[in-house]
Amino acid sequence: MKYNTDRKGHKKLLRSFERVGEYALLLKRVLAVPDRMKEFMKEFMKGIYFLGVNSIWIVVIISLFIGAAIVLQIALNIDSPMLPRFTVGVVSREIILLEFSSTIMCLILAGKVGSNVASEIGTMRITEQIDALDIMGVNSANYLILPKIVSFVAFMPVLVVFSMFMGLFGGYIICLFLETPSVETYVYGMQVFFRESFIWYSIGKSMLFGFIIASVAAYFGYTAKGGALEVGQASTNSVVMNSVLILVCDLVFTHLVMG
Amino acid sequence: MISVKNLCKEFDGEVVLDNINTVFEQGVVNMIIGKSGSGKTVLLKCLVGLTAPTSGEIRYNGRNFVGLRSKELSRLRRDIGMLFQGSALFDSKTVLENVLFPLDMFSRNNRRERRKRAEFCLERVNLLEAANLFPSEISGGMKKRVAIARAISLNPKYLFCDEPNSGLDPKTSQLIDELIYDLTKDFSMTTVVVSHDMNSVINIGDKVIFINEGVKEWEGNKSEVMETTNEKLNDFVFASDLFKKIRAEEEREKVIR
Ligand SMILES: Nc1ncnc2c1ncn2[C@@H]1O[C@H](COP(=O)(O)OP(=O)(O)OP(=O)(O)O)[C@@H](O)[C@H]1O
Ligand SMILES: [Mg+2]
Repeated sequence: MKYNTDRKGHKKLLRSFERVGEYALLLKRVLAVPDRMKEFMKEFMKGIYFLGVNSIWIVVIISLFIGAAIVLQIALNIDSPMLPRFTVGVVSREIILLEFSSTIMCLILAGKVGSNVASEIGTMRITEQIDALDIMGVNSANYLILPKIVSFVAFMPVLVVFSMFMGLFGGYIICLFLETPSVETYVYGMQVFFRESFIWYSIGKSMLFGFIIASVAAYFGYTAKGGALEVGQASTNSVVMNSVLILVCDLVFTHLVMG
Repeated sequence: MISVKNLCKEFDGEVVLDNINTVFEQGVVNMIIGKSGSGKTVLLKCLVGLTAPTSGEIRYNGRNFVGLRSKELSRLRRDIGMLFQGSALFDSKTVLENVLFPLDMFSRNNRRERRKRAEFCLERVNLLEAANLFPSEISGGMKKRVAIARAISLNPKYLFCDEPNSGLDPKTSQLIDELIYDLTKDFSMTTVVVSHDMNSVINIGDKVIFINEGVKEWEGNKSEVMETTNEKLNDFVFASDLFKKIRAEEEREKVIR
């Protein structure tokens, strides 16, 4: 096909539609019963290990600090005689539960584990390891990608709940030191007007994001062509695309579930 | 036996393979030779179904391979072993795990038998002592041998090798040639080897197919290669000085006689 230069935008648009189609076709190959359950479990445990052991520290550190910063900011900025002091605890809790731990944490993980998945699968593609799988008669998409998706969907909520605790704990530490609000007031604020459904909303959201991160990153890796340079590009592209998708899906999901 | 009929392959209108007709026979080493960029790899990829041909037929023992449904395709592929140019070992697995992998995926034997088979294949390529190393820890020649062991672990009926000895020293390269040759005879496989190394052609080329710019120029056996009158094949074969000398030597002997 030939395009005029002034229709470059046109071509890009077509290409993005093509990508959506490719992604859907890839998913169709991914979502099948694995050939060998034992091999699937092996890869699944690798995915869990990867998320659990390699990412737990980044989750702990970021959640502690951002949780502390959120409480600090709110304590400094909501300083009105009209509002009871425990408001700080309530507002911080809602922010951490609803947006920080589920969305922002997933954005960070998309950068860390998403890029990793994309480059791992991309490297397998350009070194013909995926071709080797196909030649053996293995459904390479299913074998490589499904365990990643399942382990991410299963483990992302664990990380997110963990991040919630860490975030709130970070705020607790701040209250210990600054004492405005006092620790008792903060803890009281954390508990008052609590709605359990918010936790489930966050868990649901993180499962959706786990699916998006694993499948989109795998798509970019799986369709990589060329050499090491292109694998690097694929990994960067996957992070950009994942971030955009997570932000958009956050809005849509929130509107559908909470609205 | 694999027969190819009127095989054509185009990339965006650019013809890479033009009407190839040939037969790859069982129990012999079939060699595809030709200059760089002549379409050898594309032909091999068409044969194993990694790229779809634009038109034409590929028959495995009479069964058309083109347009097979994915279930049937993956069943047929269990009879195929392939050695890639870059070995394509799984770098997260050890040498033994690499060879075990096809067995773990498809063999119905129990664990001990599978392991025994994997070790037998490694033994066959003389690499049992490297079983617990990772691909990053072994040399290029060893990687190729591991890849051969992996390719034959399921007793394939068809073996495909893309430049099995490119980038190897003459000694190792000969070792790999002999390995491929022996395996072909031992298990009566249909073996297709892509190469541009004239030494291997002379060593093991039971049947030789010469491809030039996507067209099959010539086919015959290894002794015929040296005596051909086909201009383009002559250019290809005698491009190396060594073979030019051999040719000159032969001519001289003829004159003396
Ligand atoms: N995926 C592709 N898309 C477009 N063109 C391709 C593709 N693969 C191969 N070609 C073209 O097909 C031609 C033949 O390539 P091929 O890889 O078969 O060469 P070859 O004979 O294997 O060469 P070499 O000995 O260097 O490996 C080349 O001109 C190449 O540009
Ligand atoms: Mg090639």
